[in-house]
Amino acid sequence: MGLPSEHEDTGAGAGWGHSHERKGFFTDTSICIGCKACEVACKEWNRNPQDGDLEILGSSYDNTGSLGANTWRHVAFIEQDQERIEQARESGRRLVGLGMPGIGPRSGADAPAGAGGCGSGCGSRPGADGEPGAADRTPPDTPEFRWLMSSDVCKHCTRAGCLDVCPTGALMRTEFGTVVVQSDICNGCGTCVGGCPFGVIERRDDGTISAKGDRGRVEQDVPHHGTANKCTLCYDRLVDGQTPACAQTCPTTSIRFGDRADMVDEAASRVRQLHDRGMTEARLYGANGNDGVGGTGSVFLLLDEPEVYGLPPDPQVPTAQLPAMFRTAGIAAAGMIAATALAFLGGRR
Amino acid sequence: MTHSAFDGYRPPEPPRGRRRRRRDGDRSPARRRGLGALGTGDGGREMPMVEDVEFSSYYGRPVVKAPPWGAPIGLYLFVGGVAGASALLGAGAALTDRPALRRNARLTALAAVAVGTPALIEDLGRPERFLHMLRVIKPTSPMSLGTWILSGFASGAGVAAAAEIDRLLGERLPLGPLRPVLRRAEGPAAAVSTVLGAPLAAYTAVLLGDTAVPTWQGARRGLPFVFVSSAALAASGIAMITTPVAQAGPARVLAVLGVAGDVVAMHRTKESMHPLEAEPLETGAAGRKLRWAERLAVAGGVATLLGGRNRWIAAAGGAAVATASALTRFGVLEAGIESVKDPRRVMIPQRERLEKRRAEGITDDSITTGPES
Ligand code: SF4
Ligand code: SF4
Repeated sequence: MGLPSEHEDTGAGAGWGHSHERKGFFTDTSICIGCKACEVACKEWNRNPQDGDLEILGSSYDNTGSLGANTWRHVAFIEQDQERIEQARESGRRLVGLGMPGIGPRSGADAPAGAGGCGSGCGSRPGADGEPGAADRTPPDTPEFRWLMSSDVCKHCTRAGCLDVCPTGALMRTEFGTVVVQSDICNGCGTCVGGCPFGVIERRDDGTISAKGDRGRVEQDVPHHGTANKCTLCYDRLVDGQTPACAQTCPTTSIRFGDRADMVDEAASRVRQLHDRGMTEARLYGANGNDGVGGTGSVFLLLDEPEVYGLPPDPQVPTAQLPAMFRTAGIAAAGMIAATALAFLGGRR
Repeated sequence: MTHSAFDGYRPPEPPRGRRRRRRDGDRSPARRRGLGALGTGDGGREMPMVEDVEFSSYYGRPVVKAPPWGAPIGLYLFVGGVAGASALLGAGAALTDRPALRRNARLTALAAVAVGTPALIEDLGRPERFLHMLRVIKPTSPMSLGTWILSGFASGAGVAAAAEIDRLLGERLPLGPLRPVLRRAEGPAAAVSTVLGAPLAAYTAVLLGDTAVPTWQGARRGLPFVFVSSAALAASGIAMITTPVAQAGPARVLAVLGVAGDVVAMHRTKESMHPLEAEPLETGAAGRKLRWAERLAVAGGVATLLGGRNRWIAAAGGAAVATASALTRFGVLEAGIESVKDPRRVMIPQRERLEKRRAEGITDDSITTGPES
């Protein structure tokens, strides 16, 4: 029996016996306009209850807050000034040629050196010696101000922490390689909530909201109350050959949907294109199969460090440490037995 | 730098120096604005947050979520340990012919499971579906393995305790022809609960460690030792309360060993953690609980060592260490839930380990990648 998270091939490896193409999103934040159509379409299609009390959160145009049980797409808004944009451009430049083994030439020699510690002198390293596709890489004028907008979603990890730790088998890997909760199985134990390194999945607990003014608490229709909920990558639409609601509604094609391999290819050529235009702040998030979660089904193109968007910079699936933890616990348990034995031997006196 | 007339409405930005200072070292709990305070700000005021090179976050919002585990789970962590270690005590007592200790330890084990299992069920989002836990056996899920351990343990402990109760009542339970069956099952049942006792006490540490919650994840190398020590001292504390001193000798020794193990393991656990991950174990309500846990454990241990042969001192010492164990469990649980509220505890350790790997020349395992050059 294989462990759920150990299969690169998330389709066949998950026991489906056939190899559907793995599906995924490519969210290109560089063309997101922050219209939140994806949030709305997601809510409507999935009949997700209202989240919170309709407050103004004071975070630019983001009054949604974060992903959660009732919010499966979340559009982040970040306001940045010129200095911060320049820093983003610099940190993105340092990523050139790092990561993603097996795709493109990574001539071991130049990749590692000075990657972490290089200070101001790095700027000259990449792009210096006549590479293919010699495009104009002079950075465009740095704007004085910019908005970053990014539609976040469940990453549908290759090695999904939520899936690994679910004790009921409610979380499953679908034939599309996505991760879905079976709401009729889930008993709401909440283990998956802590298992997700991205803080995506959540238990749908409180279905009531307080309406504005003095109307008091209002009951709303809350499906799947008390169970864990998250993005299903519109499993119900996929089985009918449809596109997920968010991707279908996105007016700028910032959210793209398709075979995961194609998504990664598109993402790689898009980040390349932006770098060629001098927008070195562009970088990919989740496209690397070697990362702590084995690559994500939802790939992102970001324009600054992941932290800025509220994404963890080095997420690792907790279960990667599980064998070591079981070993430690075994030693501890043996110690406990030994201490008890000692107590009885010593207690004879 | 004014771009348009509307920029005049932008409130003045706080001086940058203040931000800088806040980043390093300042450990006061008031360091962060609560989410409530965030709700009153506006977009402009947030801008300096992302100017911070070393630490940026999305409006200070949490990155990972803590499981929705409340007081019932804290109670379960405590009584699960009591049950597991009591079964071991009972087995030792049976082997060394200490009938009172054996009986009391077995009854304690059953009582603990009888309290802990409903607590576990009560904290489910859909308690009526608790049997779904037994649909699968999943080695990657400590919760799944733990449920099976608990089920096996509870069956064994239940039979063993039933036999004890029957004996206690002078064989007056209306068992009829089942009495010989119970007598014969008693030994094997007790053996089952003995074998599963230590795993029952230890698995909860893996359950917490196997999460993305920074304080629990960071504590994963030491937490099993804390939890088994805590279990041992709780069970022996309760045995010291319930059992005459003549038979409670091993419980006293185990209590002292447990106290030593608990204090040492807790300190070593904290040392093995990133300071930001360890901080919730030392500050706030959770930190207070853990400090009292240590004081009570040490006091109870010393009392046991010096006056454990006096029935009253033994009982007081036992109560102290058992309380210490409960405080430890609640403290660790709450520290983890607290730790997710500050995104720095997630972001900074992750960023540091990423930069460390990059500095060592490992550059192919980052989730963030640029274009191939
Ligand atoms: S992002 Fe979280 S909820 Fe989504 S698949 Fe990965 S671990 Fe599960
Ligand atoms: S809450 Fe539901 S989906 Fe999450 S781990 Fe528990 S049973 Fe599985």
